[in-house]
Amino acid sequence: MPDVQALNEFVNLLKKRKIEGSQATAKLTAELLRSVISHQRVPHTNQATYLINAVRAVGEQIIDANPIELSVGNIVRRVLHIIREEDLSLVTDAMAGFGMSATSDDEDDVERDDHPALSAVVVAAAARSTLRPPSLQTLLEDVTDSAAIPPTPSSTGDSDGKSRSVEKGTRGRKLKHDVIEAVNELIQDITSCHEQIAEQAVEHIHQNEVILTLGSSKTVFEFLCAAKEKKRSFKVVVAEGAPRYRGHLLAKELAARGLQSTVIADSACFAMISRVNMVIVGAHAVMANGGVIAPIGLHMVALAAHRHAVPFVVLAGSHKLCPLYPHNPHVLLNELRSPSELLDFGEFSDLMDSATSLGSLHVVNPAFDYVPPNLVSLFITDTGGHNPSYMYRLIADYYSADDLVVKQRPTAGN
Amino acid sequence: MGAQKKSGARVSEDPDELVRVPLQAILLADSFTTKFRPITLERPKVLLPLVNVPMINYTLTWLESAGVEEVFVFCCSHSKQVINYLEKSEWLSQPNFTVATIESQNSVSAGDALRVIYERNVIHGDFILISGDTVSNMSLTQALLEHKERRKKDNNAVMTMVIKRSKPNPAIHQSRLGTDELFMAIDPNTKQLVYYEDRADQSRGTLHLDKSLLVDNPSLSLHHDKQDCYIDICSPEVLSLFTDNFDYQHLRRHFVKGLLVDDIMGYKIFVHEIHSDYAARIDNFRSYDTVSKDIIHRWTYPLVPDVMNFGHTATKLERQGMYRALEISQSQSAVIGPFTVIGSGTKIGNNTKISNSVIGEGCKIGSNVIIEGCYIWDNISIEDGCKLQHAIVCDGVIIKSGAVLEPGVILSFKVVVGPEFVVPPYSKVSLFQQPIEEDSDEELEYADSTSVIGSQVDKSDIEISSKVLETNFSPASQLGIGGAGHVWSTCEGGHEEEWRHSVAPIPKDKILEAIKTMEDDMEFAQDDSFLPPSGELKPNSNDSDDDDHEDSRDDSYYFEKEVEATFLRAVHENIQESHLMLEINSLKLSYNKQTSDCAGALFYAMMKYALDIPHSSADSLLQNVQVVFTKWKKALTSYLNDKDEQIEVILKFEEMCLESANEFAPLFTTILHHLYNDDVIEENAILSWEDEKKDADEADKVFVKQAQKFIQWLKEAPEEDDEEEE
Repeated sequence: MPDVQALNEFVNLLKKRKIEGSQATAKLTAELLRSVISHQRVPHTNQATYLINAVRAVGEQIIDANPIELSVGNIVRRVLHIIREEDLSLVTDAMAGFGMSATSDDEDDVERDDHPALSAVVVAAAARSTLRPPSLQTLLEDVTDSAAIPPTPSSTGDSDGKSRSVEKGTRGRKLKHDVIEAVNELIQDITSCHEQIAEQAVEHIHQNEVILTLGSSKTVFEFLCAAKEKKRSFKVVVAEGAPRYRGHLLAKELAARGLQSTVIADSACFAMISRVNMVIVGAHAVMANGGVIAPIGLHMVALAAHRHAVPFVVLAGSHKLCPLYPHNPHVLLNELRSPSELLDFGEFSDLMDSATSLGSLHVVNPAFDYVPPNLVSLFITDTGGHNPSYMYRLIADYYSADDLVVKQRPTAGN
Repeated sequence: MGAQKKSGARVSEDPDELVRVPLQAILLADSFTTKFRPITLERPKVLLPLVNVPMINYTLTWLESAGVEEVFVFCCSHSKQVINYLEKSEWLSQPNFTVATIESQNSVSAGDALRVIYERNVIHGDFILISGDTVSNMSLTQALLEHKERRKKDNNAVMTMVIKRSKPNPAIHQSRLGTDELFMAIDPNTKQLVYYEDRADQSRGTLHLDKSLLVDNPSLSLHHDKQDCYIDICSPEVLSLFTDNFDYQHLRRHFVKGLLVDDIMGYKIFVHEIHSDYAARIDNFRSYDTVSKDIIHRWTYPLVPDVMNFGHTATKLERQGMYRALEISQSQSAVIGPFTVIGSGTKIGNNTKISNSVIGEGCKIGSNVIIEGCYIWDNISIEDGCKLQHAIVCDGVIIKSGAVLEPGVILSFKVVVGPEFVVPPYSKVSLFQQPIEEDSDEELEYADSTSVIGSQVDKSDIEISSKVLETNFSPASQLGIGGAGHVWSTCEGGHEEEWRHSVAPIPKDKILEAIKTMEDDMEFAQDDSFLPPSGELKPNSNDSDDDDHEDSRDDSYYFEKEVEATFLRAVHENIQESHLMLEINSLKLSYNKQTSDCAGALFYAMMKYALDIPHSSADSLLQNVQVVFTKWKKALTSYLNDKDEQIEVILKFEEMCLESANEFAPLFTTILHHLYNDDVIEENAILSWEDEKKDADEADKVFVKQAQKFIQWLKEAPEEDDEEEE
């Protein structure tokens, strides 16, 4: 495996929780995967499978390093999807080159545009295999036998392998090149997601409105600033976001930009919400059902907003869209951080002395809240505004259903 | 990679960026004590599992994440085991983090270890000194920066100690970590450490500070709520200091105290206090328990089981602080309580209850077992119906059905407890016999035999264990039928001290007892003025002003005692007057006293001496006084140049008559007269003494009245003189 050192370093950083923020993590993940792909030597046949396996192997490690940072898994899946897509388009190009009937090719294209999305929704592999380009398989009349991924046949990869045997040549290098190009685009997207989202600010923030936000999010900051730059005048109420009090920083930065901002305690949100026109917050991750993993305290804000029918808007770059469904999100998708953020160890140390009868003080400091989809009014991603119920569709655009489980099944498969 | 840049956007918590100079660390993989016996007879302390991970991993992980680039692991007892472990682990193959081992079989203390390292000449700059049983997540950046700044200004600032606030238990004078209460005096402005005492005499509740500390430092704060984290940032001089002072053994008791006392070289030690970060050293079983709980409660984040798995199988954190490995088999009816860690491959039977415990890998726990507050390591089998409370159970132990472990029990490796057997509280059981040579007092500290036995075990591990097997425990051994193991008798300190350092919580009656004795002490201290009140710190006061006052009162008491002793010596050894005066003068200087104090003290001493000479009646007492005064008059008068000093003497005399030596009371006037005749006290002094007493209470005037006649005579006498002159 090339680049073992870079990989180890990244795993280490993730393990020690030294990278914070999903954007940074996503970008680093994409860059790591790009170098993995470019270092991976591919044989003439079955290239896509090789690339996919390589990315999977790396992906598995980095996902395990910090399973709570979902953006890592998202990017791994995005890259896998990119490989599949590129491979598919190469195959179809080749078909066209072979002089296949133009009609069938077109059909194929049409199908591909619609069906992968649908298929992602219906996770059942069987259903998908019928929807997925049956024309390809019949055309190549080569039923796949590769042992690589039998249960959910990654039909494209395997069949391509066979097809490639027909026409060796420059396709291999081309595939890799195309994939790297696409990953570069992905990195570009991640970097520019703030601007993309901020561009839509004027459509959502109106004159003399009062906006409430909690904690600090780079996306929210850019969003508000963009509206301000467009000469909108509005007020921002910032809940401080205990226990890390990032809200203080946000308020400071906003005030420095000339935005009228008010800091309140988290617990004052409900009292404040009736005067607020819109709640705009950032997210840690957006799940497939439209639920949001968000900084702690947001569920409370969402409920308050729901009660007073205040729109609750979540800003999230597309790298935060996670194709998984949340099961037991309060526990499994949460990170319990050190209690020292809540209280001073020295002050309470005598209450935590288990040796005497006083050892009865416990502190719990979860980092995230789960906001159910029915409380979210609107998602604003870099591709525009979406309803929570539309998330699955968006996810289907970005991910291939084969990749939902990145872990190679050591027991079930093979 | 853009990693550096990105994470740099965050606050400068990331130490990697700031520490670019290669930073070295010395990790002592031996504690040079015997606190963890009998377990440490078979396995070195740093490899004992702490929440299922060998301790040394915590220390190394912290060093790595704190930006240390080169670590020297010093191995002494069981060095082979440590080296083997490190070789198998991934520590030796980390990028940007080199771990090298230094082996020495004949070091018996931390001092020896540092001397060996000095000889190797591997340390080139500032280094971190830490022992392999420290758990921390602190960021070194700030502390290192401070240390370097100080070094630039003052080359003598050789060490920065990391401390953390932690309240000790006021009743038993013990910190959470089971160590004795620690007293530190720190200059609040410079953070210089000027006093360090970890073995204060608790029975008397007193603490003696050198007066010069108060003179030299304009402000001083005295702390007893700080915990020493045993993380030191040292300059290279520290190593050479150890080599120069070959008697330094213990890092704190000898080295730190030595530097603080020694003002010739002027080396200084500073402290760095951490607030939100965690750091603690595992020094005894109690701290093992406390630190384990802190880890489970996530104070050490990210060094917690579900984040750091060190190559073990992944552990998931569930509600209420339950950590469970992915592959465990647990009966439906088993109840696993909060704050429990269960390692992979462990099987748990029906109706078993587990709470507040750590269970290792591959354990087999039967049905109806109750486990509470225990540390159960790997591959242990516990049969049905056992009850375990607050015990440490090492690898491979077999506990047969129905056995009970009372609180505080330590079962070392592969011990077998027979069925229905009750292991008494605080017993330590091992397959090894208790070392017999362990009877001397110094053994406790330097543990010569640790290394000796340790190396023996290293070389002939198998040999000994086979020997153990040969001894064939009788069917009904010390541990019930079919049991195997020797119950160690509690050695020095006796049973009394066991509860202080055990894993078991302190029994309630002990705490009540301690509170009671503490209250008694307070009362005793209050109504007995004999006990010098200095340093009598109220449990929660850090006030140094108080201390100052009390110190001076205290001083005069000691001064008088000294003068008296000097005088008596002079009497008994026939020392010349001039020499006596010389000695008293030097006392005066060293206690910073006035001449009048000397006069008072000396007078007191003389009278006391006169009183102590056997006498039958008041007359003979008077005679004694006369004899003493004729002999030592000169010494006394040399301090009585002034009226004030003479008044002081009279007041002292009065005080004596009232309190300590009331035999003099009837003789007051006579002696006063005598003193007048001997020219010890002049007329003026007596008159102004009377004058001073005019406004006093009636009670105070007793002696004035007694001397009224004499004074009257005095008043008249000068007139006569005058008349005569005229």
